[in-house]
Amino acid sequence: MLGIIAAIIDGVLIGSVYGLAALGLTLIWGVMEVINLTHGAAIVAGMFGLYLLANAVHIPPYATLPLILIGGFLVGIVLYWISVHRLMGRPPLMILLSTFAVNLVVIGLGTAAWGTDLFNVPVSLPSVTWGRYTFSGTHILAAALTTAIAGALYLFLYHTKLGKAVRAVANNREAAELAGIPTTRVLSLSFGLGVALAGAAGMLIATMFPFTVLSGDAYQLKSFVVTALGGLGNPAGALVGGIALGLIEGFAGQFMPVSWTLVIEFVLFVAVLIIFPRGIFAFRRA
Amino acid sequence: MRKLYLLAAVAALVAAPAFADDMLTIGMTLSQTGPLNVDSVAQQRGAELWRDEVNAAGGIKAGSKHYKVRFVTYDDQSQGGRVQQLYTRLIVQDKSQFLFGPYSSGLCATAAVISEQYGKPMLITGGAEAKTLELGNKYLVQVLSRAGEYLAGAIRALESKNAHAKLAVVYADDPFSKAVAVAARKLAQAGGLDIVLDESYAPNTTDFSAIINKTISASAEALVGGGHYADGATLARQIHDQKANLKYISLLVAPDSPQFASLGDAAYGITVPSQWEVQAAYKPDFGPTGAAFAKAFAAKFKIAADYHSALGYAGGLLLQHAIEQSGSIDADKVVAVLNAMDVTTFFGRFKIATDPGHHGLQVAHEMVLAQWQRKNGRLEREVVWPKAAQTADLIYPLH
Repeated sequence: MLGIIAAIIDGVLIGSVYGLAALGLTLIWGVMEVINLTHGAAIVAGMFGLYLLANAVHIPPYATLPLILIGGFLVGIVLYWISVHRLMGRPPLMILLSTFAVNLVVIGLGTAAWGTDLFNVPVSLPSVTWGRYTFSGTHILAAALTTAIAGALYLFLYHTKLGKAVRAVANNREAAELAGIPTTRVLSLSFGLGVALAGAAGMLIATMFPFTVLSGDAYQLKSFVVTALGGLGNPAGALVGGIALGLIEGFAGQFMPVSWTLVIEFVLFVAVLIIFPRGIFAFRRA
Repeated sequence: MRKLYLLAAVAALVAAPAFADDMLTIGMTLSQTGPLNVDSVAQQRGAELWRDEVNAAGGIKAGSKHYKVRFVTYDDQSQGGRVQQLYTRLIVQDKSQFLFGPYSSGLCATAAVISEQYGKPMLITGGAEAKTLELGNKYLVQVLSRAGEYLAGAIRALESKNAHAKLAVVYADDPFSKAVAVAARKLAQAGGLDIVLDESYAPNTTDFSAIINKTISASAEALVGGGHYADGATLARQIHDQKANLKYISLLVAPDSPQFASLGDAAYGITVPSQWEVQAAYKPDFGPTGAAFAKAFAAKFKIAADYHSALGYAGGLLLQHAIEQSGSIDADKVVAVLNAMDVTTFFGRFKIATDPGHHGLQVAHEMVLAQWQRKNGRLEREVVWPKAAQTADLIYPLH
């Protein structure tokens, strides 16, 4: 029984980080209806951001989080102008291919620079032990920081003028423009925010697990499952969807071979798309 | 003047085939990109060192001719689909006379279909799974120990310390790791070990919390398995972070990389089955000693040699020996010599099965078990099994 409870706790902890990774993807979709395929590359950039800042500049691992958020935001704005802006209003497939191309370039450059060698950032934090089970301090802190970042995003979206503008553009871009909101600037800001959130998720993942240049693919895939569960374009749903995915991985693995959890995840993905096309946790978009 | 140009052109035409005759083309793909990149590039570097040394010494002597070695390589992107297409190109378009296999059992199985179809000898230096060599081939030659041998030393070493240990077998769901796990399970059961958990995981698994919780719930004392690079390293780190308190851990492939030491305390005590370690002092019948190879490799690439790079070099060395012995670059004559060879190089013993159902299967090479131990405050790999090759005692229990 203790093992099952431990699996649930582990699932919630890791699931919250999946949720943070998916927040970036879902925010970009929610505001501009763009599926950002540079998402995996942004997660990897967050991982390497941590590695370089912690190893080369010797900044304490968690102190790199604000730097990665700021760096990710700025890179995201640049990416918006390079790969998205000129294609806004064109068929969605064009933006999909454009962001996919940028993803290939970033991963290709990363492979040329670092190969697919393994990188590890040793982070020493006290852990919590319960009976025979131990919950790693890095997992607990990652979940706590995820909650804090998600809370800050909520405050930004619902309690600032700029956040209101983002929501207005998400609701109806033309009406927002007629109301005098500089929509292009809001779109680039939203893309920047999405990339920053993906980078932060990558940074937190890298405090928990070793990683390679190719690690982003798996988390990008999980982000899609999470957004399907939570509803594409729904930030709160992404967080809940992430935790749900973590729970499935942790809990289901206790009753069946762990290799089946991936099958369950994708069966669920397809089932949700068919039965709840707006996501299980899809609340009405604000 | 026009006559002079004409003469030069004729001379060039005459000289060109002579030049082509003296060049031996070896084709291969390597995974410059994709998840197999680390081990594949290491293997390739070993092969390049062999090629450069051979060419510097005047080439391979076959009868009265000396052949310089030329590699033709392509990036297979770690994908089987690319391998089939590229090996066809290597043979048909690039006129490769011999082939080196790609890295990993899965890619080798794909390449083997092509090499057999065209009757080109292929030395397998990065595919341990035996199944590929049990389909009635004529031109495959496996240089490394079979997958079934990988965890044999690890199981025997565990039995020597605790004959009834509770064992968790946790492995990646890929052909190589599954073949290793099947053999390890049989050995463990035969030896009296108690298998309390037997789990496979998807090769792209990123979080092992669920498996580790199951291992703890099953009260396992030892864990063997793993898969390739990223998954093995993540598993090792999470075993440490989640304080699974295992007394013995043996993982495939990942701990063989020098980069594994970057896991710090999580790397300590982990054992890894290795095809070759520099400390293994075989007396070679030909070619360099292990120490000489390691020194030349470090001088050329500024990194330490691992077993993948040793395999790349050994593959070239064995092919060179077979060509020299046969006095020809004819595929059938060279394979006939390889079939009859029972030799020892710096990499260990080489002998292949020759019966039609298992042709090319490696039957003589022995693996060693290495363990990450602390030496003067630094993490280093020591050979702990078999006892004859031991450079340090096995640390057991870890907790």
